[in-house]
Amino acid sequence: MPELRIIRNYVGIKDSHTIESYMSRGGYAALGKALKMDPDEIIDEIKRAGLRGRGGAGFPTGVKWSFIQRDSKKPIYLCCNADESEPGSFKDREILEQDPHQMLEGMMIACYTINSHKAYVYIRGEMPYGASIIEGAIKEAYDKGYLGRNILNSGFDLDIVLFRGAGAYICGEETGLLESIEGKNGEPRPKPPFPAQIGLFGCPTIINNVETLAFVPHIINKGHQWFSAIGLPKNTGTKIYGLCGDVNKPGLYEIPLGITARDLIEEYGGGIPNGRKVKAISPGGSSAPLLTADELDITLDFDSLAEAGSMLGTAGVTVMDDNACMVRVAQNLAHFYRDESCGQCVQCREGTWWLEKMLTMIEQGRGKMEYIDTLLDACSQMRGTTICALADGCAMPVESIVKKFRHEFEEHVRLGKCPFENKHMGDWS
Amino acid sequence: MPFSEPLKKRLNTIISKHETKRSALIAVLREIQDEYQYLSAESMEEAANMLEISPSSVQNVATFYTMFFTEPAGKHVVWVCRTLSCALRGAEHVEHYMCDKLGVKTGETTADGKITLMEAECLASCGTAPVMLVDDTLEENLTKERVDQVIQELRED
Ligand SMILES: Cc1cc2nc3c(=O)[nH]c(=O)nc-3n(C[C@H](O)[C@H](O)[C@H](O)COP(=O)(O)O)c2cc1C
Ligand code: SF4
Ligand code: FES
Repeated sequence: MPELRIIRNYVGIKDSHTIESYMSRGGYAALGKALKMDPDEIIDEIKRAGLRGRGGAGFPTGVKWSFIQRDSKKPIYLCCNADESEPGSFKDREILEQDPHQMLEGMMIACYTINSHKAYVYIRGEMPYGASIIEGAIKEAYDKGYLGRNILNSGFDLDIVLFRGAGAYICGEETGLLESIEGKNGEPRPKPPFPAQIGLFGCPTIINNVETLAFVPHIINKGHQWFSAIGLPKNTGTKIYGLCGDVNKPGLYEIPLGITARDLIEEYGGGIPNGRKVKAISPGGSSAPLLTADELDITLDFDSLAEAGSMLGTAGVTVMDDNACMVRVAQNLAHFYRDESCGQCVQCREGTWWLEKMLTMIEQGRGKMEYIDTLLDACSQMRGTTICALADGCAMPVESIVKKFRHEFEEHVRLGKCPFENKHMGDWS
Repeated sequence: MPFSEPLKKRLNTIISKHETKRSALIAVLREIQDEYQYLSAESMEEAANMLEISPSSVQNVATFYTMFFTEPAGKHVVWVCRTLSCALRGAEHVEHYMCDKLGVKTGETTADGKITLMEAECLASCGTAPVMLVDDTLEENLTKERVDQVIQELRED
C-alpha cells in the first residue's frame, strides 16, 4: 500500500514549523472557512469524515465534540494531549516539532465549534525542544491575529497556552492531565462524571490528541467525502504508524488505515535485520496485546485489531525478532507500568508490582511452574476494576505474552535460567 | 536561604500567567529547580507560601513527578531510556557503559557534582533508539563514540 502524506507532507523540509511555511501552503484557510460555518455543521462534517481519535481509544471526534453543552454558563475548555509517553509511540513529537500549526489550527476550529475561549497544549516535561517550538508557534499565531480577540473579524476570541508536564506517563490519561494542569498529582478521576460535563477547574472540557487535531483543518479544507474515501469503512483517513524495535528501517510512515502488519514491516520497515524472523509485534503502543508471527496478516486498523483481541492504540508498532526473550519483554513492560502507576488503586499498585517481581524471578531462573498461572490470575484481577485504563494497559500485554509464549516461560523454569542468554538485549557499539 | 529578588520576580510573573495560583505549581517548581538544581525543603516551603498552599502539598507534587529532584542533583542530568524499543536496541548496554564511564550507579551523581545519571521511561523517540535526554537535548541513535563525546562535553562545562 503506498504512503499517503496528509500530516507528514512537509516533514523534513526547512522551516516547516514556521507560520510562513504553513501559510505558504494554504495554512489557516480552514480556520477562515470554519469561522463562517455553523458549529453544528462542523460537527457534522467531522462525523461524516469518520475521524476517530488518534490518542488510543479511537473514539469518534465529532461525537465527542457534540457532548459539550455550548451554552454552558461556565467556561468551556479544550486540552490538546501532547503528553505522548506510550512506549512505542513517537508520532506526536514529530508533529509538535516539525509542523505544529496544523494542530494549532485544529485546536482553533475545535474551540470555535465547542464555544471554548481558552485552550491548553499539555506537553510532557521531557520534550523541551517541542515545548520551545510550540511556544514560538503560539506566538506567531497571535502576531498574525489567529489568536486573541475578534479573530479574523469573526467576533470569536481564543487564547491558547502551553502547559509543560514534569515527567509522568499517567498525565496522558485525560483526567490525570486535567489534575496536572490544576497543579496537582496526575491522579486520574473516577468517571462519570466525564470531562465534557465536569472537566478542567470543574468546567466542561474536551481532550483531544495532537494527531487527531492536526487532521481537522485538512478535513475542513477538503471535505468529509475526501477524507472518508481514504482507508477503510469506519476506519477512515491516514494513520501515522510508528515502526520500531527489530526492523531495518524504523521510523514514521503515514499510510491509509488498514495496511497489514506484514506489509508495514516488509515494505516500509525493510524487514528484520540479519535475516532473522519476526517473533512477535506489539501493534499499537505497549498497552495493546501482542501478536505472533502467525498474525501478521491482520490489518492495522481500529476494528480489525479489536476483532483480533488487540488494539490499534497509538499505532506504534514494536517488532521483536526471534532472538527476543518474551519473559524479558513482559518484564520490561511490567517495570514500566509499575514505575508509572499513580498508586490510587490497590489492584494496579500491587498488581504491577507483583507482575514485575514474578517476571523477574522467572527471567532470572528463580521461578516455579505455578508462577505462570499466578501471573494469569494477577492479570485477570487487574482488568476492568480500576479508576483508569493503566492497569488494563499492563495486564493486557502481559497476559497475551504469557498465553501466546507460555513455552518460553516453562523453559525458563525448567532450565533455571534464561535460554536466550544476552542475545535479546540487542547489540550496541 | 530566601529566594533572590530576580527569582521572586520571575516566579510572580509565572504565577500571574496561570488561571489559579495552584495551577502554577509545576511551572514554579521547574523555575526553582532551574535555579538551584534541586528542590530543597526550604525552597518548597517558600513556594508554598507564594502559592498559598501547604508545604506538604508542594512536597507531594514534587515527589510525584519524576523530573523534580528533592535531593541535590548534578549540574547536568542524563536520562537514559530503558523502555522496550530502546531495550531491544541495546539500552541496557548504554546504561552499563554510562555507569562505568561515570563511576556511578543509576540515580547517583558524579563526585564532582557535574552529572546525575537517571533512567527514563520511553522518551517518545523509539524510532531512533537507543536514546537519552541530556538536559534539554535529545541524543538519538546512540553509539559508544557519541556517548563518549557527550560525557566529555558535560565534564568540560
Ligand atoms: C494511562 C493512559 C495514558 C494515556 N496517554 C495518552 C497520551 O500520552 N496521549 C494521548 O493523546 N492520549 C493518551 N491517553 C488517552 C487519553 O486518555 C484520551 O483518550 C485521548 O487523549 C483522547 O484523545 P482522542 O479522542 O483525540 O484520541 C492515555 C490513556 C491512558 C489510560
Ligand atoms: S489504574 Fe493505576 S494509574 Fe490508573 S488510577 Fe488506578 S492506580 Fe492510578
Ligand atoms: S522506548 Fe526509548 S524512546 Fe521509546
